[in-house]
Formats: sequence, structure tokens, C-alpha cells
Amino acid sequence: MAAPTRTAATAAPRRTPRGPLRGRRSRRHGSETLAAWLFLLPSLAGFLVFTAGPVIAAGVISLLDWNLFSPPRFIGLDNFARLGPDDTFWSALGNTAYFTFVSVPLTLLVSLGLALLLNQGLRRMAVFRSLLLLPYATITVAVAFVWVWLYIPHDGLINAVLGGFGIDGPAWLISDDWAMPALIVMSVWKSFGFGMVIFLAGLQAIPQQLYEAAKVDGASPWRTFREVTLPLLSPSVFFTVVTSIIGSFQVFDQALVMTDGGPGTSTTTLVMYIYRTGFENYEQGYAAAQSMVLFAFIVVITAAQFLFQRRLVHYDL
Amino acid sequence: MTSDVPALAALRRSPVAARRLLVFTCFLVTAVTLTPIVMMVLVAFQSDTESMAARPSLWPGSWHPENIGRAFDLVPLGRYLLNTIIFAGGTALLETATAALAAYAFARLRFRGRGVLFGVYLTTLMIPSQVTLIPQFILVAKMHGVDTWPGMILPHAFTALGVFLLRQFFLGVPRDYEEAARLDGANRWQTFIRIIIPLAVPAIATLAVFKFISQWNNLLWPLVISNSDSTRTAAVGLQVFQSTNGTQWNLLLMAAAITTVPLIVLFFLTQRWFVKGITMSGLGGR
Repeated sequence: MAAPTRTAATAAPRRTPRGPLRGRRSRRHGSETLAAWLFLLPSLAGFLVFTAGPVIAAGVISLLDWNLFSPPRFIGLDNFARLGPDDTFWSALGNTAYFTFVSVPLTLLVSLGLALLLNQGLRRMAVFRSLLLLPYATITVAVAFVWVWLYIPHDGLINAVLGGFGIDGPAWLISDDWAMPALIVMSVWKSFGFGMVIFLAGLQAIPQQLYEAAKVDGASPWRTFREVTLPLLSPSVFFTVVTSIIGSFQVFDQALVMTDGGPGTSTTTLVMYIYRTGFENYEQGYAAAQSMVLFAFIVVITAAQFLFQRRLVHYDL
Repeated sequence: MTSDVPALAALRRSPVAARRLLVFTCFLVTAVTLTPIVMMVLVAFQSDTESMAARPSLWPGSWHPENIGRAFDLVPLGRYLLNTIIFAGGTALLETATAALAAYAFARLRFRGRGVLFGVYLTTLMIPSQVTLIPQFILVAKMHGVDTWPGMILPHAFTALGVFLLRQFFLGVPRDYEEAARLDGANRWQTFIRIIIPLAVPAIATLAVFKFISQWNNLLWPLVISNSDSTRTAAVGLQVFQSTNGTQWNLLLMAAAITTVPLIVLFFLTQRWFVKGITMSGLGGR
């Protein structure tokens, strides 16, 4: 990067156009390259130091035995071998998968349902939209406290409401079986607004004529939804699925505040385990190995989605 | 709710009833959605005994506005809020500035390797921040950046997402404007500052607000990198508050409400941009 900068810097004063058109154009090209690299420099430098470098470093650190305080020791793939018999790791992986594969479809359904509801030509749509977006604009840590309060086993608001319907609610956050569903409900509440806005934008971009044509053809509302709305919305759906899966794999805040990974390890997520390993037990190498596994999962799942996309997502009318 | 769509459409045939049902459903859904936020505020104003009673009450029996002051006395909430503004504002400003410059190069300037480099930028969108967490921490620690503002802000101020969003927007700015400016003798920097930036204000503001809100929410990085009140953000501060004050619900929820209110106010003030930002990133997925 330094080389083009230096040559072009000396070339800069000669930039005033003169001579035949051809020479002028090539000189202009050189100054364009210089300008481009100068414009890129701040972002590229930060990016190399704080993203590209660390990604490579993560791979290297995963091969080390390192507690940050004594010098690192190279141990090859031992950290990865350690993952095999580590029950907490597998349980964290399972919990993360459970969280992802329940919360993502649920969030999607709620977002899509609300977007369809708000898209019915309501006059005060913008007001409802803003209010429904509020959970998305709150701090997870802060609202997690309220949810803990709502989930209080015997007399918490949620169980009180369930009791009103004659249902004896579970002990939620302190129950092995119900702690994860409770986290999922909270997370859906927190994040549906994002998908809702994307779907609303997608719905509003669908040409009205298509609906009129479907009506003329006598298509039922369900068929119209399936054959007009859904295909045309598929790029938005695809984007939301990809981003929410990546986001769900990284779930941390609400689990830390609401259950601290418990009871037992029933809500310990992968990121929480990485955090504990690296910053509570100071095993940076082992934590890095875990994060490489997380990375691999995200890459595989995202790649799979892009393959599926070819079949299911329609970009043209 | 999703399966309601045909039913809704059928109801449209009797417009008045349908409309009422629609509005009612919207009200109901909104009320349920807002319940946790409303509860947070209501419990925050309850007395100690009331908020800790075995059977929580919904409406405060008596209002205790002094809880606001008590929350500020228990932990340095004001300091935490200021820190959050510095952290979120700093990352948002830096990211927006560097992303705008890079996006201009990707959108408007020709140079060798542009396609490849942009591809590399895009690929990194997929890297979860947890992968870089440990190396970033070690890097910052080696540079004695733990518990300092540069250490907090810099690692999170350069992301491909901003570059990507702004590039999309810059591509849409008509080239004629730039050509005209260049004919008038403006150099690239001047066209960037005087032509492109003013036209891109909505997109740039969107990115800034987006980043500000997501960093206000960020728990993991500040939790790892700040270890004193001088840089502790509200999200981390709330964690500390929880461990030191257990289940004193009224004060806990008061502190939570206090740290949430500025964000909600900002959200309402910049709502248009924010919504547009989400939509734009939605289009970005195409």
C-alpha cells in the first residue's frame, strides 16, 4: 500500500492536464488510483488491525496454551481435542442450536404477521409501527431485568395471566425445561421489530397491479399470499433469516442477565462459554478454539442458506 | 397471526367491521408488546416493600419519584450514561467518517484490485464478533488500551457494513453533479466534501444512528475491556448494579429505565432515519 502512495505523491503536482489526450487520461488514472487508496486508507488500516489481523490471530491463538500472564506455549490441536470430552461445550452448542432453531422461525412469523397486519392500509400505521419497534430500541440488559420480574415463578405477571386462564405456569427461569423457552420468548419480543420493518418495506415495494391481476383471476386470498406476496417478499425473508441466524448464534446478553447460564448448564450458550473460558478461567487458547468452532458453524450455515437461496429466492418478477 | 391474512382479506368485504377488527388487533398487539416497558417504569416508582412483596402489584400503591435519586446514589449511573454516550458516539462518528471515505473510493474511483478488496470487505460481514473478541482483547491489552477510550472505541469503529451501506447510496448519486464540479476545477476531495457528502446526509445519519443504537446495546466488548467506573458503560453498569443490589426490584428497574430512556428518546427523534436504515440494510441483502 505504501508504494503506490509514495510514487503517486510525487506525481501529484504534475496532475494539471496538458499534452495529448492519451497521456492526460493515463495520468488522470494514476492520480485516481492514488486518490482511491488515500480515501480507503483510514478504513483499510482500521480494518486490517482490528478485523483481518484478529481473525488470523484467533486461528493462531487456538493452537496455544495461554493464560495471558505467562508466555504462550504451542500445543498444536490439543485445544480442539479437548472439546470432544467437554460436556459443557456440547451442551452449550446444543443450547445455542436450540435457541437458534426455535427463536429464528418464531421471530420470522411474528415479524411477518405484524408486517402484514400493518400493511392493511391502516391510517395510523406509522404510530403502531413506532410503538412496535420500541423493544428493538431498548437495551437488552435493561429489559432483561423486567423479564426476570415478569417470569417470577408463583406470582409473576406472566404466571398470574396464565392462572387467569386456569393454566398453572412453570417456574420459568429456574426450571431446566422452561428456562430456554423463556429466554426465547424474551428474545423474540426484543428482536421482531427489525424483521417487521424489513418486511413492511418489502411489502410496500410489491406492485399493486399484481394484486389486482390476482383478483381479476379470482385467486383466493391464501393463494394470492402464496403466489404473489411470498415470492416477491423472498429476498427480504432471506436477508432476515441470514442475519437473525448469525445474531442468534451469538446470543449472550439476555442469557447472562436472566439465567447466568443456569439452571445447571441448560441456558449456557456458546458465546457465554467462550466468555467464561477466556475471561473468567483465563484460558485464551481454549476459548479461541471454541470461537473457531462457532465461526465454522456460522460459515457452514450461511453457505447452506446461500445455496438454498438459488432455489427459493426470487429476485425478478 | 400469519394465518389471519386470508381472514383479514375476507373481512375486507365488510369494510367497517373489518377496519374495526384490524384496529382492535393492532391495539391489542401493541399493548401486549409494550407491557414489559410499561411495567419497568411502574415498578420503578414503587416503594421498597411493595416492589419486593411476594405478590407483585401492577400499579404503584404510592409513587416514589425519589427512587430516581436513590438509583443515582447507589451506582454512578450518570457517569455510566456519559461513558455510554462517549463510547457509542465515538464509534458511530469514527465508523461513519471512515466508511464514507472508503465507500466513495469503492463507488466512484477506479483502481486495481477494487473488486477483490470489496469482496474481502463483504466476506467479513459474516465473521461473528466473538471470533475476534479474544485477539482484539489481547491486542488492546498489549497496547495498554484496557480501560481507555481508544481501547474501547477503535476495535469497533471499522466495519464493512458501513462501507457497504454507503457505497450503495453513493452509487445512486448522479455522476453529472460530480462531473460538473470537476469541470469547475474542484479536486476529488472537494467534490467528495461539497457534492457527495451533502447529498448523502440521510444515509450517513442513518448509519450513525444505527451504529449508535447498537453500541449503546453492546455488552460483551465493554464488559471485557472496561474494568473501572471511568469507562464503564450503562449496559455493564447495570450488570454491576444487579450483582450489588440483588433483587431490589424498584431500584433495579429504575436504573434500567433510566439507561433506556435516552435511547428511546433518540429513537423517536431519529425514527425516520432509523427505519430507513433498517430498510436500507434490508435492501442490502439483495
